Amino acid sequence: MHTAAGSQARLPIRSDMDLVWVRQHVRQAAAQIGFGLVDQTKLVTAASELARNTLIYGGGGTMETEPLTDGGARGLRLTFADEGPGIADLEQALSDGFTSGEGLGLGLGGARRLVHEFAIDSAPGAGTMVRVTSWVGRPPRPREES
Amino acid sequence: MPEQAHGTAGSPTLEIRDFLRRRREQIAQRWADEPLFRAVFTVSRDEAVEAGKAVVDALAQVADAERVEDPDAAGFTAVREQLARMAAARSRAGLSSAQVSAELAALRPPVENLLLEDLPDAPAEQVRACAGTLGVLMGTLRVVVTQTALSEGQALIDRQRLQLLEVATPVIKLWDGVVAVPLIGTLDSARSQVVMETLLESIVEQQARFAILDITGVPTVDSLVAQHLMKTVAAARLMGAECIVSGIRPAIAQTMVHLGLDLGNVVTRASLADALGYVLHELGVGIVTPGAKGAVTR
Repeated sequence: MHTAAGSQARLPIRSDMDLVWVRQHVRQAAAQIGFGLVDQTKLVTAASELARNTLIYGGGGTMETEPLTDGGARGLRLTFADEGPGIADLEQALSDGFTSGEGLGLGLGGARRLVHEFAIDSAPGAGTMVRVTSWVGRPPRPREES
Repeated sequence: MPEQAHGTAGSPTLEIRDFLRRRREQIAQRWADEPLFRAVFTVSRDEAVEAGKAVVDALAQVADAERVEDPDAAGFTAVREQLARMAAARSRAGLSSAQVSAELAALRPPVENLLLEDLPDAPAEQVRACAGTLGVLMGTLRVVVTQTALSEGQALIDRQRLQLLEVATPVIKLWDGVVAVPLIGTLDSARSQVVMETLLESIVEQQARFAILDITGVPTVDSLVAQHLMKTVAAARLMGAECIVSGIRPAIAQTMVHLGLDLGNVVTRASLADALGYVLHELGVGIVTPGAKGAVTR
């Protein structure tokens, strides 16, 4: 099986099997765009964390992939959206070790460290949208805080 | 749609029903020469004709019930299994679902030609109505086959998934008191539960003091996978065995650091060989190369 990795795509996140599909799709898309092995692995891992959040906390949703070009730079943007209960305290949700479920509480904050750009939009009752972007060949972004 | 008539049957649907019953033999004969039937019933042509007749009967029954648009019509029940077998045989032969669908679509023209032969003097609109109804009916037949094939596929996938769970978690005895589990593929909750169970059982069975979890074949190590690993390690420790996690590739190592994963006091090694070396050292077992004995010190 193969996906239309190089183009824009929207994948459903409804079950554990969809998570496998999401990871494979992101890996293929990242490889096609020219990400190295380490960056592919980082992006796939971030996608895995975010997709699982979408599934478990958001009650399911979608992931959109979008290849980007900015001047000579090539990148990949992933957007995870759900219509779940949303997040009341974003600060707290992003801090390591905090979880409202049974995980390690590293998913959201960890995913942020694995990508170049990270944006989250959420409010109680309004669902959650997380958008991450990584660029080929760009060094990992410096840690701003802590 | 005009219901007036040239024939006696009335509505186009009933007209089609009568046509199917009347031309049963000829339709089946023509279908027997189509790739779908020819390729599936290879033993004898008669077999293909019989199968064709069964499908025609089903279509006639569906038309009789005036449910030409309904894939769930009772008439299809009798042939559902046969159609599924045919579609499955074609996909086994390497055809894509689109190709199978095209072969199904190819069943329509021969029937349509027969229908037109039967209506030489009928008014144009009646011909159109009948051909239209036949088209709908044949389209529904395609839907039925696709539906059946899909549900068969889903059942197959579910079965294989369960089989994979069992197959993909062997516990290997590497040395006296040393067992290893090569993990391959996605480590979801179900998988890691199976891994934990088989590992703990074999620790008891082999009286193992060391257990190596090799993750070379795990493509993505995210926080959930790490959590599963740590739970397995903790459980093994409670049984008196020390766990070593091996097969941590450079890309995985970097990712784990960024993610903030800390395997704590779990011993980790880059490769299975390193892990075995560590264990043998801990056990006080040395390996001597036979050649080394004869090697003379200069």
